Amino acid sequence: MKKLWFIMFISIANFIGPVSLANEINNQLKTYQAQGAGEFSASRGEKMWHKNYPDPKKSDKQRNCGVCHTDNLKSKGKHARTGKVIPPLAPSVNSERFSDKKFIEKWFKRNCKWVVGRECTAQEKGDFLVYLRDK
Amino acid sequence: MNMKIQMKLVLISAVLIFIPLTSIADSWFGKANKGVAPVNNKLYATECSACHYAYQPGLLPARSWKKIMNNLENHFGENAELSKEDTQELTQYAIDNAADKSSHKRSIKINRSISKNEIPLRITEVGYIKRKHRELSKRHLVDNPDVKNLNRCEVCHTRINNGSFSEREINIPGYGRWED
Repeated sequence: MKKLWFIMFISIANFIGPVSLANEINNQLKTYQAQGAGEFSASRGEKMWHKNYPDPKKSDKQRNCGVCHTDNLKSKGKHARTGKVIPPLAPSVNSERFSDKKFIEKWFKRNCKWVVGRECTAQEKGDFLVYLRDK
Repeated sequence: MNMKIQMKLVLISAVLIFIPLTSIADSWFGKANKGVAPVNNKLYATECSACHYAYQPGLLPARSWKKIMNNLENHFGENAELSKEDTQELTQYAIDNAADKSSHKRSIKINRSISKNEIPLRITEVGYIKRKHRELSKRHLVDNPDVKNLNRCEVCHTRINNGSFSEREINIPGYGRWED
């Protein structure tokens, strides 16, 4: 009997697992909408991902997300200065991505400030998550 | 007084005397308080080690930690901002376990080597630590492809997670054990 419960638990957990992951992104999207964001657009998110912003420290250089994450969302990144290995962003190859609300907000805050020079708006964060969701 | 109560009193006082004696012995003979206190705060370990080795608070005095934690937005050139609550918890943890609050041997030595008006922001700026690494050269550290950066204490100090920096535990990649 115990075994049966265990098997049931595992199969339910397997079923819920991926669903709850997608929900974390959807929950975030709802939060952003509550903060005033409108419809989200994956193409806007993609544009922002590739966009170059001036480097405040070196006038001949530019910053974009790929500087640390590479241009390929499915590949590992590397921190531009410290060399720290950064796990891939695409949920399809990294199921741990976007499963923790606190983690999402922490890195949005840090990285938007570094790349864009300010915090991202709720709209921008939502666009970006919609772009990444199905990658 | 009856015998039984007297015996009990003797026993209790013996125990009461013995407890402080053992802790004094531990600090004198360095049993419990060698090195620096290992990190025992989960949030601290997770957040700090997201980018670099989670240096034990006992490696810098409280005033250093205060300054570092007050400026996470520009953390040695990187943005390491945390939520308000997390910043508060980690600042408190670092301050409570800082070198000037610790009874661990290395922390005491670290603290003694820093003058009162000094607020070192890097562990490599601490007098005691600079002195201890004086004999090393570039080829061991920054020019060593397996070390590269002085912030990677954990590469050579093999038992650093236990708060131990003992000389016989040092292993420099490409050079092996270090002896004075």
